[in-house]
Amino acid sequence: MRLLKKLGLAVLLMGALALPVWAYEGAPGLATGDLTPARRWDILWDHVLVDLWVIGVIFGLAALYMLIKYKAKNPTDVGTATKLNKAQAVAWALIPVAVFVADDFYLAAQGWTLWGIYRRVPENALEIKAIGHQWYWEFDYGNGVVTQELKVPQGRPIVLRMHSEDVVHDFSLPKFRVKEDVMPGRITYVWFMPDTVMDTIVTCTMYCGVAHSQMYGKVSVVPPEQYTSWLESAVKAAADQQTTKVKG
Amino acid sequence: MSDAHHGFNLREWIFTTDHKRIGILYLIGALSAFAIAGTFAIMIRMQQYGPGMQVFDSGSGYNTALYFHGAAMILVFLIPALTGFFANYFLPLMIGAKDVAFPRINAFSVWLFYAAIILALVSLVIPDPPDVMWTGYPPYSVTTEGNTAFYVFTVHLLGFSSILGAINFLVTVIYMRAPGMGWNQLNMFVWTILAAFILQLIFIPVLASAVTMLLFDKYLGTHFFDPAMGGDVLLYQNLFWFYSHPAVYVILLPAIGILFDVIATMGKNRIFNYKVCVYAGIGGVLALAGEVWIHHLYVAGVPDWIRVGMMITTLLISVPIGLMLMSLWGTLYKASITFNVAMHYASACLFLLLIGGLTGIPLAMTVMTANLGQTSFVHAHFHFVMALFSTFAIISGIYYWFPKMTGRLAEGKLAVVAFWFNIIGVNITFWPLFIIGVQGMPRRYFSYEQFPQFAPYHHVATYGSFLVALGMVLTLINWIKSAFWGVKSEANPWHSKSLEWTHTPNPPGPGNFPHDVTVSADWTPYDYVK
Repeated sequence: MRLLKKLGLAVLLMGALALPVWAYEGAPGLATGDLTPARRWDILWDHVLVDLWVIGVIFGLAALYMLIKYKAKNPTDVGTATKLNKAQAVAWALIPVAVFVADDFYLAAQGWTLWGIYRRVPENALEIKAIGHQWYWEFDYGNGVVTQELKVPQGRPIVLRMHSEDVVHDFSLPKFRVKEDVMPGRITYVWFMPDTVMDTIVTCTMYCGVAHSQMYGKVSVVPPEQYTSWLESAVKAAADQQTTKVKG
Repeated sequence: MSDAHHGFNLREWIFTTDHKRIGILYLIGALSAFAIAGTFAIMIRMQQYGPGMQVFDSGSGYNTALYFHGAAMILVFLIPALTGFFANYFLPLMIGAKDVAFPRINAFSVWLFYAAIILALVSLVIPDPPDVMWTGYPPYSVTTEGNTAFYVFTVHLLGFSSILGAINFLVTVIYMRAPGMGWNQLNMFVWTILAAFILQLIFIPVLASAVTMLLFDKYLGTHFFDPAMGGDVLLYQNLFWFYSHPAVYVILLPAIGILFDVIATMGKNRIFNYKVCVYAGIGGVLALAGEVWIHHLYVAGVPDWIRVGMMITTLLISVPIGLMLMSLWGTLYKASITFNVAMHYASACLFLLLIGGLTGIPLAMTVMTANLGQTSFVHAHFHFVMALFSTFAIISGIYYWFPKMTGRLAEGKLAVVAFWFNIIGVNITFWPLFIIGVQGMPRRYFSYEQFPQFAPYHHVATYGSFLVALGMVLTLINWIKSAFWGVKSEANPWHSKSLEWTHTPNPPGPGNFPHDVTVSADWTPYDYVK
């Protein structure tokens, strides 16, 4: 009987130690399928939420149960927990560690995969420069077209090459689940996939002074043809302005 | 007993070298900071009630409030309450020492602490108060009109104070334990505070160097953080978080230590898996503390290899913390729990720690912070860990050791009513912030007219904060009332086996122990179960 117990414990231990490997191998690749990064973020967030709720409910209920169940019957009572022997102590360390490590590996693998997608800019991406100022955003489309509203064509990945002219800001597009600091002296980037026509906002999420919370701008995703005609007229207007300046 | 303390003598208090009095001085300073920074917290919540102007007529007043709230709560309340007050008063008593190793250096530490408090208070009335948040990131902290110097000098004073304290207490624990007391017989609080002081000693100099460079950049024309002159803005952020992440454990670990002592005593139970908790749990946190700071810089434009690498180390923090949780939960198993006020707070702490810890998991994942970073999700997460869990642990500890310090009990209806205001209030305040954080509500916003849809959540959070304010005021009133007029306590009201209860009167006189303390090889402070 004792042998059986020991054997059972050994199997449990080995199983627990194999968990991390299984978790890492079994992490479903989010890389497959034709989803936007924002959509993948939402899916991963759901996974993480399930993970948190499961752990939270188990520990929460356990604590609640024990706080009620082990209330002292009379004030002189003492606890009755026995001291763990060596094998129990080791098992109570290794099994939880294996479970925690398994969960960590699972989350790390998922997170790493999606992070890879976040950093790998698609080849057909349209590049626009984003510049942070105290306290407004500027977007440079080349050819002298500079705006304070970010206008992008629907259906094409957008990569923003970003820096700041003064202090550290943070370019945050909550709708597209992207965010990255902009700062002087370094160029950073984000890319996102505007898949539907919409109006949304970009906002600064790095404290940058008195008007930090007013540092937001409009972002509009427009049909591609509308974008092209807008850009053409903007380029023309910029060129005209340039000529006037030269003449003046 | 001619050298016993008789009556009140201000001179004796200011020039005291008695660790217990120094502890009380730390407590008074820390609670004052808590009261002022707490008042700012309520004002901040009222400002966030709706978009536009509410209580502050400009962003600059609001930003100063944010700065003061953050800096004071972390640097002047949480850290000094745990490593100043609790360590001073109870650590020597727990290990059977007559005082700390260097009592006069200890007195100097508390003076430096008060100098820092005065400087911090002065910074509120000068013409251009600091508005750099507690993080003080350049270039903003260099280019702002605000007096960043006050921030830097406050950090310097507190840093000196903490380094001296760290050396003092490490030496005390290593050399001044009662004869017979082995390392595996220490209170959990002693172990956790030991770990906190090791972290302070290693990492504070890094913070000091970072803020000193800031000072030089702003006032002496150097360019450490100015890229136009060959500097680097990220250097500061790296150095700052290299200290300030371990600083979270300087707060978290002793708070967990208090929780262990309260739960084991009130549950009359041994610590579950003590050695694993100490060596793998606390030791593991110590080992990982300095390898995870990039999770504060996940979206700061640092190289990808370190963003992924430190995602893994950050997630692995869950292993030692998880082991400590196993021991906490295990200590409840087959316990025999008596619910005094301290145990009310300790029970709440279990859930606050759980929520705070779990919401840290998505924030450990680099890619998740691409949406969650710098939002009120982060704000709610670290408030669960620091503001709620750690503060509740501090309150629990004060209730638990209240009879030790005053000879009187602080129990009663008022204490329990205040407890319920606090626990309900904090949850009403911070759960809405998790929800709108995921939807993109940024932190540190004076106004949010671009996010009008979040206003109802902010309403709820603000009402919750009023409950907390009420609970905290009632708690303070209860402490003051009980300290002078409370019911007299018996010598060992919780029937503890720990030395601070079994071998000294309430409160202990000079020299702490009427008789020299020795402990036997089979003694532990949690020796309840026979």
